[in-house]
Amino acid sequence: MATETMTTTMHGAIAPTEPGHHPDLRLFGLIVFLMSEGMLFVGLFAAYLTFRAVATEWPPEGTPELELLLPGVNTVILMSSSFVIHQADEAIKENKLAAVRGWFLATFVMGAIFIAGQVYEYAHLEFGLTSHLFGSTFYILTGFHGLHVLIGLTLIAAVLGRSLKPGHYRAESHFGIAAASIYWHFVDIIWIVLFVLLYLL
Amino acid sequence: MTQVIPHYPMGDAQPNRTPWWTYFTFSTDHKVIGIQYLVTTFVFYLIGGALAAIIRTELATPDSDLMPPEWYNGMFTMHGTVMIFLWIVPSVTGGFGNYLVPLMIGARDMAFPFLNALAFWMIVPGATLLMGSFFVGPASTGWTAYPPLSILTEQHAGQIMWIFSLLIIGTSSILAAVNFVVTIWSMRMPGMGLFDMPLFCWATLAAAIMVLTSTPVLAGALILLSFDLMGGTNFFNPTGGGDPVVYQHLFWFYSHPAVYVMILPVFGIVSEVLPPHARKPIFGYKAIAYSSMMICALGLFVWAHHMFTSGTPDWLRIFFMVATLLVAVPTGIKVFSWMATLWGGKLRLESPLLFAVGFISMFVVGGLSGVMLGSAPIDIHVHDTYFVVGHFHYVLFGGSVFGIYAGLYHWFPKMTGRMFNEFWGKVHFVLTFVGFNLCFLPMHILGLMGMPRRVAQYDPQFTTINQICTFGAFLLAISTIPFLVNAVYSWLWGEAAPNNPWQALTLEWTTTSPPHPHNWEGDPVLETGPYDYGKDYSQSSLVRH
Repeated sequence: MATETMTTTMHGAIAPTEPGHHPDLRLFGLIVFLMSEGMLFVGLFAAYLTFRAVATEWPPEGTPELELLLPGVNTVILMSSSFVIHQADEAIKENKLAAVRGWFLATFVMGAIFIAGQVYEYAHLEFGLTSHLFGSTFYILTGFHGLHVLIGLTLIAAVLGRSLKPGHYRAESHFGIAAASIYWHFVDIIWIVLFVLLYLL
Repeated sequence: MTQVIPHYPMGDAQPNRTPWWTYFTFSTDHKVIGIQYLVTTFVFYLIGGALAAIIRTELATPDSDLMPPEWYNGMFTMHGTVMIFLWIVPSVTGGFGNYLVPLMIGARDMAFPFLNALAFWMIVPGATLLMGSFFVGPASTGWTAYPPLSILTEQHAGQIMWIFSLLIIGTSSILAAVNFVVTIWSMRMPGMGLFDMPLFCWATLAAAIMVLTSTPVLAGALILLSFDLMGGTNFFNPTGGGDPVVYQHLFWFYSHPAVYVMILPVFGIVSEVLPPHARKPIFGYKAIAYSSMMICALGLFVWAHHMFTSGTPDWLRIFFMVATLLVAVPTGIKVFSWMATLWGGKLRLESPLLFAVGFISMFVVGGLSGVMLGSAPIDIHVHDTYFVVGHFHYVLFGGSVFGIYAGLYHWFPKMTGRMFNEFWGKVHFVLTFVGFNLCFLPMHILGLMGMPRRVAQYDPQFTTINQICTFGAFLLAISTIPFLVNAVYSWLWGEAAPNNPWQALTLEWTTTSPPHPHNWEGDPVLETGPYDYGKDYSQSSLVRH
């Protein structure tokens, strides 16, 4: 196909990449995926708001007001944990692996406290999943978010495990750390919206 | 810089043929995955088509005499579900998208090859669940699965399997979409800007964004529905204080964009097929690229036009009516651009172009009836009649399937390294075109006469027209035979294909047929714009001094 003119006039852009070697796009991919996953919650939130708007009485008569203290403390813990895990993201840039482990461990403990608090709250609520629409939406939304917290904790534990392998995470290569912390921020942001919708509104 | 593309003379034996067993493995090669998708989805097209033939046989007579009406409900439910979730969506995104995008942008593979293979193989459990539901009594509440019907259904197990199947297939399509967005955005070869990409890549990008935005919302709806079915909740059951209309909103927030997911990549295919076969540059490159993105944006805000009769308040009806009609603008821009591309071209009326032109004409019919249905007063009148069935088959069959066939013929030489038989391609086209119009055009009349859809029996006054439809459906079923025989025979024993049988300018034609495992043996070279037909290469927009 090549002709004399083409060879001389083409600007000659070629792909310098070898098969399987291209810039690390995993973080970009994760962010795209999380934006998509966020839409799952957007859909559930929209459903919740519609149920609530259509209902004649919300919450239904006789349902005690939701206790604010425990979920409030839980919210503060989860929000702070986002700042804690961010420290790990900063520490790895200076190759401080011990600090990374510390911050990740702290985040893990804070996340575990959040889950424990939620289990405690579930155990002491007077309504169940099938009591009424209010109860169903409450358990589905918090439960689904709780599931995401558990996934986040698994990721954090996996990073902690892998950090024991020498040289696995370095200043120039630490996808696992970045991914776990982005995922954790995502879980945190969803909770803030959820808390406002379920407890404050 | 010198030309580094290895040159294989015309008729050369295939240098890079993939062994057949590779297609049964967890291969991470985007070309293998693309063909895995295309073949698998075509099998489901045949299954969905067999269901359609059963439906049309039942409807050949006014009475429900072929099978009990409950079975009939299962047939049309599964027909719709299979055609949408296992044929068109995975075929146009997973199939063509995976095969073509990396080749068109000069990449070695998709951004995440492992994820890509995973997304394909998720189809297997998803499809197995769906097909397995035939053994327990398949879901019978329509592909929409509206509650409370889908909660109270007697096919409880089948409905649950339907839900989980869709959740799995939906996840697969989200993972594939992540791959497309990242690949198209970040893996283009040096020197290829967004506006140097082939239009198929624009269309795939737009479709992927719609998948990412809307599919999770369907997942949310299905999760709530599954709790209603199995967990004792009452989200969508009015007797327990729930609201079935919320399901409809969530469902259509996915399922209307899904229509664009099924048609946008096909718009892309047609934009690729027309220029080389008309020997002309595409008319309005930027207009077509932007209109894909505009359809993507507008298409997310039209869903409630499926709910004009669901007690939707008037102000919402007006909003969704206006938004729906606005979609006709970018779509019209595309149609006129394609016609202008053909205008005055040196048309090579072979199978790919025949199907592409068939696509344009049939899609315009479906688009126009879509404008009618988008307008609330008409929609309320013909809602749930055969007019709607006629309309969406013109869009999804006359549109998507014709476009898929155009693409299959166009890229068959590249994918298999063999030429298909042109004569049988033409036979296939004529049978499909005639069968399709016989089957679906009369449905508009049936709908205007008031025949409701989704019912096994009908008033005897509709018999003659229904028999024409059934005859057309049988012709359509027969039309796949020449295609199948031609495809299988040509793949095995066809004449070896040259690297660039259509003298096309997009990058996939610069490599061997079939392509090298790493797409190009050397490095791909960007010499011309994708549609610089009839132009002096020295005038190419890509030449920057």
